[in-house]
Amino acid sequence: MSSLDAELAGDLASHDLIPPHAHGRRGFWREARWPARIAALVVGALALIALLGAWITPHDPDAVDLAIRLQPADAAHWLGTDHLGRDILSRLMAGATMSLGSVALAMALILTAGVILGGTAGFAGGRVDQVIMRVADVFLTFPTIVMALFMVGVLGVGLTNVIIAIAVTHWAWYARMVRGIVLSLRRRDFIAASRLAGASPTQTFIRHLLPATMAQLLVLATLDIGHIMLHVSGLSFLGLGVSAPTAEWGVMIADAREYVWTEPLLMFWPGLALFISVMALNTLGDALRDRLDPSLRAEHGH
Amino acid sequence: MTPSCLAIRGLGVETTRHGAAVRLVDDVSLEVRAGETLALVGASGCGKSLTCAASLDAAPPGVRRTAGSIAIDGVEQAPADIRGRLVATILQNPRSAFNPVRTMRQHAMEGPAARGVPAAGRAQRIRVAMADAGLEDADRILALHPFEMSGGMLQRMMIALALASGAPFLFADEPTTDLDLIVQRDILDLLLRLTREQGLGVLLVTHDMGVVAALADRVAVMDAGRIVETGAVMDIFHRPAHPVTRGLRDAHLSLYRDRSAA
Repeated sequence: MSSLDAELAGDLASHDLIPPHAHGRRGFWREARWPARIAALVVGALALIALLGAWITPHDPDAVDLAIRLQPADAAHWLGTDHLGRDILSRLMAGATMSLGSVALAMALILTAGVILGGTAGFAGGRVDQVIMRVADVFLTFPTIVMALFMVGVLGVGLTNVIIAIAVTHWAWYARMVRGIVLSLRRRDFIAASRLAGASPTQTFIRHLLPATMAQLLVLATLDIGHIMLHVSGLSFLGLGVSAPTAEWGVMIADAREYVWTEPLLMFWPGLALFISVMALNTLGDALRDRLDPSLRAEHGH
Repeated sequence: MTPSCLAIRGLGVETTRHGAAVRLVDDVSLEVRAGETLALVGASGCGKSLTCAASLDAAPPGVRRTAGSIAIDGVEQAPADIRGRLVATILQNPRSAFNPVRTMRQHAMEGPAARGVPAAGRAQRIRVAMADAGLEDADRILALHPFEMSGGMLQRMMIALALASGAPFLFADEPTTDLDLIVQRDILDLLLRLTREQGLGVLLVTHDMGVVAALADRVAVMDAGRIVETGAVMDIFHRPAHPVTRGLRDAHLSLYRDRSAA
């Protein structure tokens, strides 16, 4: 008689009344509105430039030629040259490698720390949870830029230290989020079932809890990348991160300060690059959130 | 050689409430033999499920095992070593015991992966186990998510996963509670067949004396965290010694008196 059950469910499934995936993953491009598509293209292009930076710059970004300093845009130097005669476009492209590379590294550190610490706190519970979350609270109370300045002050100037400082000041948000999701799932029966089937806590965590946090992590990360990019550039602008000769957007803006009245474009180009990158990443993060949050999607009526 | 006897000895479980330790299970000892079903009965909240979970060190967060051990054929074992390897578990509510975003195939592969079973034999093993559990057309079912299946199918799947583990003992924690009577009967028949044919040793947790009558060889009666009476199933029904046992039996009979009279 229970074959009736099976038959019914079989019927439903075989007639596609219950499609296995109501929305396929490949549908992002088709469903996304145009700002999201443009943002995705820009982010893709940026990533490409960052990866190929060293090979595709039209000029050597660090080649000083005082004879052609402060040139306006022309055919040879599309965006002109800076106060040392270096090609601005080449420096922007090389700067993308620096900015995006350091941001990616900082993000990787933040995600690792956030997932491990937040996951441990949520999964282990009790005192471990208390200790980790109180430490996280301490980090949450400081404004990130103040904390980052403090960290750089302690660790010393340099890009590596800036990346560490950013990771240290940002992990707590991720840890909190991962902990929250883990806590909400920890007492579910399927976690108990996994444990009873012989899986170790780490295996259970990786297989059942981590995937559930991925969507939120991805969204928070894309939204935060722009923010972190501003941090890196901001700290470099203050002379704490990347130091002067290296091409980096924040350094370029700092260099252009003296010429802000006579050659405002010198400051404009790296600022625009920063603006476009942050904007594109935020738009993409927004679109991803809309897509990955089922309740928002229901409202949009896809 | 397949082990023939699993013994839980002197199990004690505690939790902390308002700073004071509260004893939830007190000195419980049970013995499950291969090819036999031991029913653990008692009112709701008397510690039956907790006994099962805690003996495998899988008690819910905030509850701890304070005493007791588990032994296979007289040899004491670490609970973490026998979970899923020597003792498989069927949970109460099949719908929540599966990860809603994973397919049956992923569930089926999880246990073997956790136990380090080589990948080669896994698929064949789960197919055989599914056939044993009364699930035909394994390939179609393995592709389904939990929400695409009925409660009866899910419970069968859970039993299939337990069987596929090859564990000689099975803890069935109210395996039929959320199912309708017809599916209940099928599942009970299935469990009965498996104990008889495959020599499975089953610890059946239930509060349904009808299930006990249908399935159990021996019965342990639990009340407020303690075992109050243990005996053969006939003795429990015909000559209950402890008032709690009598209460359970009488409550059961009073429910069915009208029907059996008719």
